[in-house]
Amino acid sequence: MLRGGKALLVLGLLLLLQLTVDPNHYVSRVLLLSCFSVMLAVSLNIINGYAGQFSIGHAGFYAVGAYTGASLSHFGREWMEASLGLASFPAWLADSAVLLAAVVAGSVAAAVAGFIVGLPSLRLRGDYLAIATLGFGELIRVIFINIDRVGGARGFSIAPINSIFWIGLFTVGIVWLSRNLLNSRQGRALQALRDDETAASVLGINITSYKVMAFVLSAAMAGCAGALYAHFDGYLQPDSFNFIRSIEIIIMVVLGGLGSTTGAVIAAVVLTVLPETLREFADYRMVIYSALLVICMLVRPQGLLGTSEFSWASLRSRGKETGGGLA
Amino acid sequence: MAALIQAVQVTRAFGGLVAVNSVDFSVRRGQMKALIGPNGAGKSTLLNLLTGITPVTSGDIIIDGSSIRGRPAFHAATLGLARTFQNVRLFENMTVIENVMVGCHSWTRQGIASGALRWIGHWREERLIIEESHRQLGRVGLEAEAGADAASLPFGKQRMLEIARALAGHPQVLMLDEPASGLSTRETAELSSLLRQIVSEGVTVLLVDHDMQFVMDISDEVTVLDQGRTIAEGTPEQVQSDAAVIAAYLGTEPN
Repeated sequence: MLRGGKALLVLGLLLLLQLTVDPNHYVSRVLLLSCFSVMLAVSLNIINGYAGQFSIGHAGFYAVGAYTGASLSHFGREWMEASLGLASFPAWLADSAVLLAAVVAGSVAAAVAGFIVGLPSLRLRGDYLAIATLGFGELIRVIFINIDRVGGARGFSIAPINSIFWIGLFTVGIVWLSRNLLNSRQGRALQALRDDETAASVLGINITSYKVMAFVLSAAMAGCAGALYAHFDGYLQPDSFNFIRSIEIIIMVVLGGLGSTTGAVIAAVVLTVLPETLREFADYRMVIYSALLVICMLVRPQGLLGTSEFSWASLRSRGKETGGGLA
Repeated sequence: MAALIQAVQVTRAFGGLVAVNSVDFSVRRGQMKALIGPNGAGKSTLLNLLTGITPVTSGDIIIDGSSIRGRPAFHAATLGLARTFQNVRLFENMTVIENVMVGCHSWTRQGIASGALRWIGHWREERLIIEESHRQLGRVGLEAEAGADAASLPFGKQRMLEIARALAGHPQVLMLDEPASGLSTRETAELSSLLRQIVSEGVTVLLVDHDMQFVMDISDEVTVLDQGRTIAEGTPEQVQSDAAVIAAYLGTEPN
């Protein structure tokens, strides 16, 4: 839960970081990259964890959001400056307006893609759905390679807008929405259909529309992350949205514990920061990284957190329990 | 009294096997009705047809005046129908109370935005859901296990949880598929009194079972199915003395 006071605290903290920290410093870059991983892992967790479907084309939604957002800001900025009078605004305000417009466009475009991919999921299960979503992810990549207007295989350069404030805010927002969803009428319906579709449907849950909803929502979140990512470096390349990227996101979700948002957040940060801290091992870096994954899965096959969630309330009650034990 | 559930000339074939063959069947409002028959008689299939999980091959099913033919499975629930399953189907990765909270789905209305953004309507409805779920758990004697994982309950309690989940949807009709199988004598007695109480609250109950004793004790009316056809219908006494029923259960003497 994030109301009033906590929301203000987050806003204040992000503003402070925005004003005092250099977003292009090595450490802040790694942490911002973790934010993208968090947004992607948390959003994929809605499909794979809550709803129990198996999607492995998440980089596809990410790419749709990234390219849509980038195109809007690249081709539409002049129009926005002219018609909305952005040019007379201070630079930070104009940048924020453009970035927000890109995020909205990227989310909507990805949501539409999610709707289109969600439809086959009504018929397909397990492995078959996985292959269909894999196909979608690759299809998107190939489409962007072949659109010359957005640079094709050479990549797409736009004016970067690297903002700790907005990236941080959307990351917190997506985690918050996802946690809220879990303990809501819709979230329970998703978990119910994950556990038993027939039993869920006789309770009046429309399986079809809930599966599509999960895809649309998850895709919109990935699209939002994509649009922010497009402006992070101001450079996009189709190959950064390949199959390997999708797999990385799945690893984060599974390692964190399918269905646990807290787990997805932790795993996303760890798996983004880990390859960086392992740089001193040079050539052995990816070997160590892979070995750690294998060990993690052997020791905790249910993921780091299983399906449990972190909450302040449970932390407090646990504190009381130990306190009581001591007294 | 008007029929709440009416099956008209319902047939269901699986390939060449006709599991239910031109059956006419009805349940009146407020009744405790039983559907019995030997193994393989088509009882569970008929129940699946009535709840819309399995589509009919021919014939029609009318619930509270509207046909469910060709409608998706969740539609029957919106008409006030709830059921349990022969081999208990709980949401095993959810807690006991969460299972019952899912049962409240059919009468709750808050949309995705309300839940995700934690609007006031969400909190208001969530409180109703939790109250109702505790009430249902208390009724089946599972109040103490509310926070436990559903899968960790012993079998008899899982059965009761499934009934509580079905009742949380405020159904007009509760259909139970072999609710007494696998229960101890004491648990069966508890189940009987719970079912009597549910009927006294105005809920119509349809029982499917082959435990004659249990069914005969509590039902108002019994329909006997054998090899996909209705062979007898009437009060428990009438059915028990029916020659065709005795033949179906015990076989006939060879001539």
